[in-house]
Amino acid sequence: MSAKSNHFPWNLLIGFLLSIALTLLAVFVKFYTDFSSLVILWIIGAFAIFQALIQLFMFMHVTEGKEGVINIVNIVYSVFLALVIVFGSIWVLTSGHAAH
Amino acid sequence: MSLDEFFVTGDPLILGSQIAIGLTMIGLLALITYLKRWKWLWNEWFTTVDHKKIGIMYIISGVLMFFRGGVDGLLMKAQTSRPELDFLDAQHYDEIFTTHGVIMILFMAMPMLIGIMNVVVPLQIGARDVAFPKLNALSFWLFFAAAMLFNVSFVIGGSPDAGWTSYFPLAGKEFTPGVGNNYYAIAIQIAGIGTLMSGINFVVTIIKMRAPGMSWMKMPIFVWTSLITSIIIVAAFPIFTVALLYMSMDRLFGTHFFTVASGGDPMLWLNLFWLWGHPEVYIVVLPAFGMFSEVIATFARKNLYGYKSMVFAVAGIAFLSMLVWVHHFYTMGNSAAVNSIFSLTTMMIAIPTGVKIFNWLFTLRKGRIEFSTSMLWALAFIPCFTIGGVTGVMLAMAAADYQYHNTMFLVAHFHYVLIPGVVFAVFAALYYWWPKMFGFKLNEKIGKWHFWLFVIGFNLTFMPMFFVGLDGMSRRLYTYAESTGWGAWLGVSAVGSLIMAAGFAALCYNIYWSFRYAKRDAGNDPWNARTLEWSTASPAPHYNFAVVPKVDRLDDFWHKKKSGKLGLKKSELKPVHMPSNSWTPVFLGVAFGIVGFFLVFEWFTLAIISSVLIIIGLIANSFDYDYGYHIPVEELEEEEREWRGELK
Amino acid sequence: MSSHTETPLEYKSQQSQMNILGFWIFLGAEIVLFSTLFASYFVLEHNTAGGPAGQDIFVLKDVLIETFLLLTSSFTSGLAIHAMRNHDKKGLLTWMIVTLLLGAGFLYFEINEFLHFIHEGATIQTSGFTAGLFTLLGTHGAHVTFGIIWISLLLVQLVRRGITEKTSSKLFIASLYWHFLDVVWIFIFTFVYLKGMVI
Repeated sequence: MSAKSNHFPWNLLIGFLLSIALTLLAVFVKFYTDFSSLVILWIIGAFAIFQALIQLFMFMHVTEGKEGVINIVNIVYSVFLALVIVFGSIWVLTSGHAAH
Repeated sequence: MSLDEFFVTGDPLILGSQIAIGLTMIGLLALITYLKRWKWLWNEWFTTVDHKKIGIMYIISGVLMFFRGGVDGLLMKAQTSRPELDFLDAQHYDEIFTTHGVIMILFMAMPMLIGIMNVVVPLQIGARDVAFPKLNALSFWLFFAAAMLFNVSFVIGGSPDAGWTSYFPLAGKEFTPGVGNNYYAIAIQIAGIGTLMSGINFVVTIIKMRAPGMSWMKMPIFVWTSLITSIIIVAAFPIFTVALLYMSMDRLFGTHFFTVASGGDPMLWLNLFWLWGHPEVYIVVLPAFGMFSEVIATFARKNLYGYKSMVFAVAGIAFLSMLVWVHHFYTMGNSAAVNSIFSLTTMMIAIPTGVKIFNWLFTLRKGRIEFSTSMLWALAFIPCFTIGGVTGVMLAMAAADYQYHNTMFLVAHFHYVLIPGVVFAVFAALYYWWPKMFGFKLNEKIGKWHFWLFVIGFNLTFMPMFFVGLDGMSRRLYTYAESTGWGAWLGVSAVGSLIMAAGFAALCYNIYWSFRYAKRDAGNDPWNARTLEWSTASPAPHYNFAVVPKVDRLDDFWHKKKSGKLGLKKSELKPVHMPSNSWTPVFLGVAFGIVGFFLVFEWFTLAIISSVLIIIGLIANSFDYDYGYHIPVEELEEEEREWRGELK
Repeated sequence: MSSHTETPLEYKSQQSQMNILGFWIFLGAEIVLFSTLFASYFVLEHNTAGGPAGQDIFVLKDVLIETFLLLTSSFTSGLAIHAMRNHDKKGLLTWMIVTLLLGAGFLYFEINEFLHFIHEGATIQTSGFTAGLFTLLGTHGAHVTFGIIWISLLLVQLVRRGITEKTSSKLFIASLYWHFLDVVWIFIFTFVYLKGMVI
């Protein structure tokens, strides 16, 4: 990290172009390929995660500052919680008697 | 809405309370005016950002709420003391067990623990305040506004009556029309926002404001438990925010999140409630573990046994706390796989908890134990809490839980966890840190009365509940037939609750007595303790430490004290930077209270108009560029000389 | 990242560092908040109670416009912070205003989209599905609205005070918030719209 970075912000531009491309690619995979819907969901899900990482590292500079490690731990833990909440809720509420 | 719908009418008990509340309010306002204390209140308390004062305000509110929740408990015990009494009717009983639960967990346990964290954590890490002092004040005022909002429900509009868990579909508009459950949805939401901000505040404080040299493994154990608790708050409270938002939407705007009709899913509420609710149990119990650890180490005159394993145990409990929520509703009709997995994760929690119990026991082993009042609480905690823990493992087995679920056995279990785990800890902490807050000790003799009455009363109250529970008595039952044979057990339980109430009265008397008569000679280190807060004056000066301490090892203060390396040099003193008071937190608290009240009554126009107040408060806060002030060296010198004598 | 080691202005004071760290922790809480909204939406997604389902009301063109507006605004707020680190007040102000305009454009299209949903017979009271949908989208939209007002107020402070330790850390935090809203939107775009649409 530096206070003076007069050079052109390439990483911002690359990140921006990548996110546009990934968005269009996701639309393409969804509507113009013949994968099963589950496979499509995995692919576009992976694209979304990739885009989130672009934002996190190229735009938000998550690792800069003195607390870079703590920031990473914080994000990883939050993502773990997100997975528990989303997959846990779906599993609990759509299996068992609730499914019938 | 007519006036007699607005005020709750037709019940002599409530009428009495209304008159009493009215008179108390008028009396209080008149007293403050007569003593000309308004300016003092405003400058010293309402606008303060000092973590110690905010902590004390939390504790006072917690004691008041303990009284309110305790009265609820006594009324329930009176009603069930004999078979077929009609002291309370079913509706009234429902309201009382609901408010008892909500108040005890959210408006008693939480402020007590956050209050003690507020007082102690910055002092233990050698900081002069928390990371965001103004935000800290806002957290308190949001909590306080929410507590007041929730408490007026029983005289204005009607209490919530669907249980502290407020399960749908019962808690929905269809089965619980009135405004009672709106209070639940709105008041807890406001308090929850405050708690979330407290959590963030303490995480940052502990990460960034530790004294130089205090690396992670040199932090006092209470700081560790406070850090982990704060992390769980940040992890769990947003879930409840969403759940309460859905509840409010269903009740206020007719959506279908939890209704049975139109594709809602009542089980979604259970799922979200316990996704928050189980971590919440650890939020209240982990700081308590930290308090006991400090008290036990101090009064056994030994360092805490297995400090590192203690830290890992706390972290392990925190990790597991997010993975066990389904054990609160095994009987909902989950698949066998779901119930089995959650049985396993739940039982795994017993492992780190067991580690902690053994660490405490080994700390006591061969210690020179001093039976002070706070140590007595810690000693009573270990066996009582173990009973709560072991019955918890019984409940953790999904197959067996079908037998225990929603019986008095469960009620006895969680009271055996929460009263020793939280209430005993708060009492131990109050006796222990009282001198640091006020400069004098609470009376030890009255303290012993408080201890014995409360502990005996506690066991008499809740032990019988295990047996009636195993005998099939379900929870939340407002009356029962003589032929059940529960009368004797519940009679004993009712007597126990009176003894417990006498114990609480002894605490109140102790506070009164000590304020009037206790000698103001506590000194900086009355217990011969181990951590940094005891290196500064009692009561702690508003700047906490004249010079920020340097830390070389765990229990640094203890070792420096033993080797005579304490003391302050005049040359070390530098001006101290402190944050200024601010009116925006209390203003925002009031604003949130007003908006919340209008939302409860579904007066949306008024709610929108008054939310302008919130916006004004936020804008004023954003444009406030106050950089605080500096305390000059002379003032520091004078204050330090007062208790240290001449400086070197 | 260049090899310079000079600390940016927004990280200079201890208080600013704590503010930024605190905001990251807050974003952790926001991740939990939004994942709860997502989890509930997934659970309720198929409970349409005879009302319209996602495939009946989602329009790809509208969603793509919203997505590109928000993606671009995230990029321009990055440019604004880049200008701030070069002590370029005018650039910072310009790019932030562009960001806000793009955000307002996003809101305009989102409100239109809501009106379209309602027109198609999907109000928030229709079913479990619409309740979950409107609340997820609405919470995100409310965040965008709050962000626009918040950043506008910060820009007033910037004009008055220039780029200082305090204003720079405030604007940096606001930019984190703005990027985060874009991240949330990416997941809404993928798991609400793309998942729920068929052609």
